[in-house]
Amino acid sequence: MRTVTVVGASLSGLYAARELRAQGFDGRLVVVGDEPHRPYDRPPLSKDFLTGRSGEDQLALSDAEETTELDAEWLLGVRARGLDPRGRTVLLGDGRTVSTDGVVIATGASARRLPGCELAGVHTLRTLDDARALRAELAAGTRRVVVIGGGFIGAETASSCAGLGHDVTVVEAAPLPMVPQLGPEMAAVCAGLHRRGGVDLVTGTGVAGLRGTVAVTGVELADGRLLPADIVIVGIGATPNTDWLAGSTLALHDGVLCDDGCVTGLPQVVAVGDVARVGGTRAEHWTSATEQPRVAVRNLLAGHTAETVRPLPYFWSDQYGARIQFAGRRLDTDTVRIAEGGVTDDAPDEGGFLALYERDGRTTAVLSVDRPRPFMRARRELGRGVTVEAAAS
Amino acid sequence: MIPVCRLDDLPAGESVRIDTAPPIAVFNADGELYAIDDTCTHQDASLSEGWLEGCLVECPLHAASFDLRTGLPTCLPARRAVRTHRVTVDDGMVHVHVATEVFAEVAAEEEGTAA
Repeated sequence: MRTVTVVGASLSGLYAARELRAQGFDGRLVVVGDEPHRPYDRPPLSKDFLTGRSGEDQLALSDAEETTELDAEWLLGVRARGLDPRGRTVLLGDGRTVSTDGVVIATGASARRLPGCELAGVHTLRTLDDARALRAELAAGTRRVVVIGGGFIGAETASSCAGLGHDVTVVEAAPLPMVPQLGPEMAAVCAGLHRRGGVDLVTGTGVAGLRGTVAVTGVELADGRLLPADIVIVGIGATPNTDWLAGSTLALHDGVLCDDGCVTGLPQVVAVGDVARVGGTRAEHWTSATEQPRVAVRNLLAGHTAETVRPLPYFWSDQYGARIQFAGRRLDTDTVRIAEGGVTDDAPDEGGFLALYERDGRTTAVLSVDRPRPFMRARRELGRGVTVEAAAS
Repeated sequence: MIPVCRLDDLPAGESVRIDTAPPIAVFNADGELYAIDDTCTHQDASLSEGWLEGCLVECPLHAASFDLRTGLPTCLPARRAVRTHRVTVDDGMVHVHVATEVFAEVAAEEEGTAA
């Protein structure tokens, strides 16, 4: 392979570039990124960056020294708009083309929008530019903030806004926030955290529309209520960025379909991160985006699936001063047991707690609030033997 | 020099965090004592809550790993070292000599004004 093109210059794209060099690829390395920025870390955008506790320099994922070592051509601020059927040419939005022998697809996902998103005061939070715009508005005095969606982005953003002194309401269509991720028992704890943080949580009703002509003035709920708002943050999930692959021969279905080794239908095209549906699962987790590239690159350079990856899903969230960590694969039928610490009135006790999800007498997943050490132990036990398996050749 | 705890209260495999600014973590790695800055250089997480294995500690949030002897990261996502601090035990009491404070003490001794 003489040229490898990494399409996507965020977390998984950078990790893929690193892996290519670490695994001995010494050819031409091209990295294409639609944002004008060097690779940066997104998780702080809804947390310390939004509150002003950390700045842009702390978001950088790389530095000048590493950039020199990687010896890549960075094509930033330009979107890929196509991949030819053989997977040998990447078409760029500015009309240029990159001829390539291998491709790593790492184009991530985009925030879902609502009709009315063009009104002033309506935000999504996915990119650095999103976060800059929201941070600037939040700095202009106390505002009525409505957050649509009680998932990770919604809860963390609401927490940050409340911490800045704004008047915050979270709207969640389900009866509780975070049920798909955590199940109803632990979702109730998340609801308790919102309450403890002084945020109004409106659940069980969807959004009918955004009100306003030039700037947003309110959020109309499906049950007829109107929530006045100066700022609306739409946190209703993300869709994988696969539109640019419409003319390729790759199978697309809520992501780029890959085998357990991140390899697509073309052996010289692999996919990693939020855009990749690996072995039937698309995980929008930071940790997956950092773990998949090693295996994906190995298989890309091997020309076939030599290794598979099935990391234990892991995610964390910081909200209202609590650090939530979750690892494992839970089913709705699993039972939840508090193994350490406690919960009172749906809020964690001082010192947090550790909860185990169990099925047929064994642990399937673990969740902790402010108990990192026992969580780490449990996560390791869960992960033992399931992280990486050599593929039968 | 900061008193941390009694050695008896820091058995092998355990760690303790002291609320200096910035906070410092003290580890007992199989009988050897080490002190490093407690906050991971990648993102806000306490290394004293990390996973201790030999002379390495793994961050509890994103699994960055640091060598307690040098403070250097041994894997991503951390790229910058944490400071290391000297640890002594006097009469069964563990003390940390904060890196910058050591220089201050030496300077004071040289001027003959050490308490």
